[in-house]
Amino acid sequence: MARAVVARSLVHGDSEHARLSARRVTSPCHEQKTDQMNRLIGRESAVDSAPVHARWVRLTHWVAAASVAALAFSGVEILMVHPRLYWGEAGNDLTPPLLELPISRNHRHGGWTTPTPLLDGPGAPVSAGRTFEIFNQNGWGRSLHFLAAWVLAAAGLAYVLAGVVAGHFRRHFLGGREALSVAALWRDLREHLRGFVPLPTGGPDYGPLQRTSYVVVVFLVAPLLVLTGLTMSPAVAAVAPVLLDLFGGHQSARTLHFAAFAVLMLFFVAHVVMVIRSGFGRQVRAMTVGDRR
Amino acid sequence: MTARPRLVTRREALAAGVAAGGGVLLGGCSRPMPPTYGSLLRLADNLTYVAHRTLLPDESLVREYGRADLTSFPAVGTIDPASAKRAEVAETYRRWLTSSFSEWRLSVTGTVARPGTWSLAELKRLPSRTQITKHTCEEGWTAIGEWTGVPLSRVLDAAGLQPSARFVTFKSLDRRYDSIDLLDALHPQTLLAYGMNGRDLPVAHGAPLRLRVERQIGYKSMKFLTELIVTAHLDDGGGRGYPKNGWAWYTGI
Repeated sequence: MARAVVARSLVHGDSEHARLSARRVTSPCHEQKTDQMNRLIGRESAVDSAPVHARWVRLTHWVAAASVAALAFSGVEILMVHPRLYWGEAGNDLTPPLLELPISRNHRHGGWTTPTPLLDGPGAPVSAGRTFEIFNQNGWGRSLHFLAAWVLAAAGLAYVLAGVVAGHFRRHFLGGREALSVAALWRDLREHLRGFVPLPTGGPDYGPLQRTSYVVVVFLVAPLLVLTGLTMSPAVAAVAPVLLDLFGGHQSARTLHFAAFAVLMLFFVAHVVMVIRSGFGRQVRAMTVGDRR
Repeated sequence: MTARPRLVTRREALAAGVAAGGGVLLGGCSRPMPPTYGSLLRLADNLTYVAHRTLLPDESLVREYGRADLTSFPAVGTIDPASAKRAEVAETYRRWLTSSFSEWRLSVTGTVARPGTWSLAELKRLPSRTQITKHTCEEGWTAIGEWTGVPLSRVLDAAGLQPSARFVTFKSLDRRYDSIDLLDALHPQTLLAYGMNGRDLPVAHGAPLRLRVERQIGYKSMKFLTELIVTAHLDDGGGRGYPKNGWAWYTGI
């Protein structure tokens, strides 16, 4: 029955209707056929009137992508220099970590002089001197991280401002009954898990799960990364010590910075997988030159 | 629907905003900058410096903690100059140790009215400040320590800054070379520290005297201080300084 609806819609050139109908085909025995229909509709939608990505979306997308790549690369380098994570204000090689990542030789426990107490009494904090050369490329690592952060801040600010002014968030992130209903989100999630390939619309006609992931990344993960990053700046924390209270201290902020990065990388993997599965060349072309051919 | 006349169009408002923001940051271009040596990374360091000095209040103080918050504190970099590879460094430091640092001197020169030298005893006679602060190492770790010393501003006042003074350059026994601007040099929490956690400054942490620049990353807080030179121009130390060796000069971030 659903196939009939799709076919009828195609005949009438109403590909949007066809697309929505195709989304609702969930019976396993129809899946193969549905995929074929999706591809068919995908070609059909090349000539439909659905919106394409706005120029400012395409521009800020690629500037953000490049700066996130530089931030991830330099961020991993910085983490390798001290691959230990803590909770609270202070944490170092002489205090217990929350988590230790085996990503460089720097988490070596030997190589320190005999600890000497820094105060009188039992259980006093100690000092010990490092006696081995650590891996440390933070000279370029830190500066590249902050250079990319400036670029991302500019692109991110432009994106959010333009998104509000142009009504992009209202219309494409929050708008539409599909996005707002829990049932639609649930159905979309089940379809994704079953390997349903969404249509490459080549525009901001996002599906429920897709737009939810964008909202989470743009309005939750990105601000968390920026704020926890700022918390680690001694000059900024001097001006806004409330940041230290908000995240429970410098090292807590550092741990949350890493956790938010991990979530962002999960998003990145899912994003690229979906781009590939829904037609890589077409999607990249839509996000670059802004047409669907 | 009738079109309402608009005083400012959206496009004009955005353009004005960008122009105003640029103007604020361009104001920093009159500020002396560390050299970039043709590196985009050093240029980004300078952008951070300008942004901090333009957007952040100059007088903000870092958080101070209580004695119960003191933590263990790694010593990195030079941890024992007495066993330095450079013979004259090791020899000098051993001489200082055997004299309980009575042979050690800090020289204060440059654009000051009264250049001179200070012994440890003379520095300790100046009004002191004790603060419990967080040390933020560029490597990623932090530690909380209590520092006792004389505010750098006291020593600069005693030397008498000339009107052209803008930066303070530091040199150490282990041949480090660095500088800070006058905003950090005169900051109330910038200390010449001779005590840590209520005791004399340990050798591994820079005895007899180290700098504390609390609003910057740890490597600005130079250990084993020997010289302090007030300058009218920024002196990054060239081949001996941080920028030419691939590190940021301003590390408030």
